[in-house]
Amino acid sequence: MIGWLRQHRDACARALGKLRAQRAATLLNALVIGVALSLPAGGYVLLANLQGVAQRFSFEPQLSMFLKPGAKRGELESRLRADARVAQLRFVSREEALKELREAEGLADVVAALEHNPLPDAFVLRATTGSDAATLEALATRLRALPGVAQVQVDSAWAQRLGALANIGRLALAALAALLATGLVAVTFNTIRLQILTQRDEIEVSQLLGATDAFVRRPFFYLGLLQGLAGGVLALGILWGGLAILNPGVRELAQAYGSSFQLAFLSGTAALALVVFSALLGWVGALLSVSRYLR
Amino acid sequence: MISFSAVSKRYPGGQDALRGVSFALESGEFAFLTGHSGAGKSTLLKLIPAIERPTSGSVVVNGQNIGALRRSAVPYLRRNLGLVFQDQKLLFDRSVYDNVMLPLSFSGQRPREAARRARAALDKVGLLARERANPVQLSGGEQQRLAIARAVVNRPALLVADEPTANLDAESAAHIIDIFVSFHQVGVTLLIATHDQALIERYGKRVLRLAEGKLAA
Repeated sequence: MIGWLRQHRDACARALGKLRAQRAATLLNALVIGVALSLPAGGYVLLANLQGVAQRFSFEPQLSMFLKPGAKRGELESRLRADARVAQLRFVSREEALKELREAEGLADVVAALEHNPLPDAFVLRATTGSDAATLEALATRLRALPGVAQVQVDSAWAQRLGALANIGRLALAALAALLATGLVAVTFNTIRLQILTQRDEIEVSQLLGATDAFVRRPFFYLGLLQGLAGGVLALGILWGGLAILNPGVRELAQAYGSSFQLAFLSGTAALALVVFSALLGWVGALLSVSRYLR
Repeated sequence: MISFSAVSKRYPGGQDALRGVSFALESGEFAFLTGHSGAGKSTLLKLIPAIERPTSGSVVVNGQNIGALRRSAVPYLRRNLGLVFQDQKLLFDRSVYDNVMLPLSFSGQRPREAARRARAALDKVGLLARERANPVQLSGGEQQRLAIARAVVNRPALLVADEPTANLDAESAAHIIDIFVSFHQVGVTLLIATHDQALIERYGKRVLRLAEGKLAA
């Protein structure tokens, strides 16, 4: 057991020695991996932030119905209560609406600048849960036909669209990640192949003198693993640097809307997963190369 | 220790390197293997560490049948053999000391014990003072002694050397053979291929003579 551990430690040390002996090549390889990984990781960060924004708003099937001035509230309310598709109904007076607006993020200044209340009375309805976009749209069309109704808005529509967009984004990101992961395996494959070729003599002599296949292969596995690890760490660095550059601008923009929003870095788990994944890709590249070029 | 019975070796392409070779080398023996170049000396020596496998017949080394040996068992066979190759196969990207350390790194030796063994092996061939040098800086005779030190660092009971005195002047060659004789005196079995007739006659040991792949009496 101790002998086995020592062999692994030695193999790791030999791999580290090789990496140190070829500092420039090591750095370049790690950079290739780091840059390639930072692309999907950066996309993931943007998407995660976008979803965070979208989830703050309700995805509930909600409609807002704005009334014309002087509309008959009581009559409308009883008609709405009769509709089976309406699960919940809430009346929002124009005074109430202004108060809500004043409390909403970033709009206090705008409201304060108003001379008189421009808002109409409104009903906020929630359709029965599980209503799809078509049902909501049909409901909206019927509501628009009611007397005294100025405008009907399907509130959840934009959130649904954003959700759909995020889904496409996630799919595109997965495709990009898969593509770049393949690229990384290929890069490691080739680096390890070159390492094997430059160490032909050592490998041959070792085998002639009684080294097992496992002994000969082990340092190359570590080489791939360490290279992937370095690339993963570098990708985190690139990502962190990118956010550090972007965030002052994002903060400035958000402040203009009275928000304190800024792009958040990867969570600890996600960052760890990125590094582990990168190391794993390096190991796979090494495995393929070793099984192809070490017989 | 080594036993060949009716061993033939045919390389792909149909060339017969060995034809019906039979002999046995007892533990503690010292034998020269001789013959013209192309007579099959190198092929015979390559069968012992399973670098080549016999086409027919059986080769038994340390009780193991080379023809039937699994690939995974080959490294453990080789660790118990001392091998000196015709082209030495030294590594020029590391010091004399690290060349001798190489075989010790396979077996997971404790570092202190490994270092002690490496220095002892270098001392036996008179290269202890050159341990920091690169093999390139060594003379031909010194390089050969380094190859021997690396071969014996695992303290094998059997030492096989292929033309260890080729390209050496008479004095260096004699020095090499003296080293072998000193190993023989402590019980190591030796099989040494050479075409140097004068050397063979001087030492008066057992001689295996190959001619066109056959063993002459």
